[in-house]
Amino acid sequence: MQLTVNGQMQLCNDDTTLLEYLQGNGVDVKAVVVELNRTVVTADDFGTTVLNDGDVLEILQFVGGG
Amino acid sequence: MEANNNDALVIGGVSLTSRLFTGTGKYGSDTIIPDVCASSGSQVITVALRRVDTNAATGNVMQHIPKHMQLLPNTSGARNADEAVRIARLARAAGCGDWIKIEVISDNKYLLPDGYETAKATEILAKEGFTVLPYVNADLYIARDLVNAGAAAVMPLGAPIGSNRGLKTKEMVRILIDEISLPIIVDAGIGAPSQACEAMEMGAAACLVNTAIAASGDPVAMGRAFGEAVRAGRAAYLAQTAAVSTGTADASSPLTGFLGGM
Repeated sequence: MQLTVNGQMQLCNDDTTLLEYLQGNGVDVKAVVVELNRTVVTADDFGTTVLNDGDVLEILQFVGGG
Repeated sequence: MEANNNDALVIGGVSLTSRLFTGTGKYGSDTIIPDVCASSGSQVITVALRRVDTNAATGNVMQHIPKHMQLLPNTSGARNADEAVRIARLARAAGCGDWIKIEVISDNKYLLPDGYETAKATEILAKEGFTVLPYVNADLYIARDLVNAGAAAVMPLGAPIGSNRGLKTKEMVRILIDEISLPIIVDAGIGAPSQACEAMEMGAAACLVNTAIAASGDPVAMGRAFGEAVRAGRAAYLAQTAAVSTGTADASSPLTGFLGGM
């Protein structure tokens, strides 16, 4: 299936959870915050959130800023 | 740090003894941030949210921020109210707390804030229980809109972001201090401790300084200098500076004759 992740098209296996997707892409799950289809997903729900074809993910982290 | 408990700055129920807010951008190495927090005495620190680049390892700035600091995530990158609201919600979901600096900018040349979109985002987020600190132009009408929208403070710019040009908006900031009941926190453009001191002498509630510390030759020493300047300016404001005399001099020593009228 196809996802849009941080504005880029990405392919992903069916029945993948958000947690599996993040870990599979080398993302430090403790350092990020995720928006799925414009709704915030809390870290507690990463493992139970199953991704679907066409999902739009924003994966963000804190960086330096003023 | 000498703490004057009678002069705490209270924002969103949090009592602050330091009136210097600092940032986390532009440091040569983020590992210096704890030392700058210590030397400056700052208790509030800003961070930003950005998309993760899975192809490039980037450090996590949060691991360098001392636990006692009040986090103030900003919505930099937002070009309208909707994006600012999304970023604020994400920051809160990430465990950053309820404070948010609204920053809505669609002009990439001068990085000037969009007051209308900022007010819209402020109203939405204040209703959701955020402690909203909007970054805006020093404009009385925008500031009044922000009061009505439920802002916790108003943060006018002193000069364009990162410019280090100082308190160019001084007269307009003074109007906000006189007319707006919320804390006025000068944000952006402050390039030297003397400029932060000047803002505090006028009655600004606090100053937010990032670039001038982070990009200085010695951020730890510059942080200390800014901390002292902000305290000095605040003390001068509380002590009520003496009247300015225009035109002629006003002797501070007696004008009576001495040694036979020399």
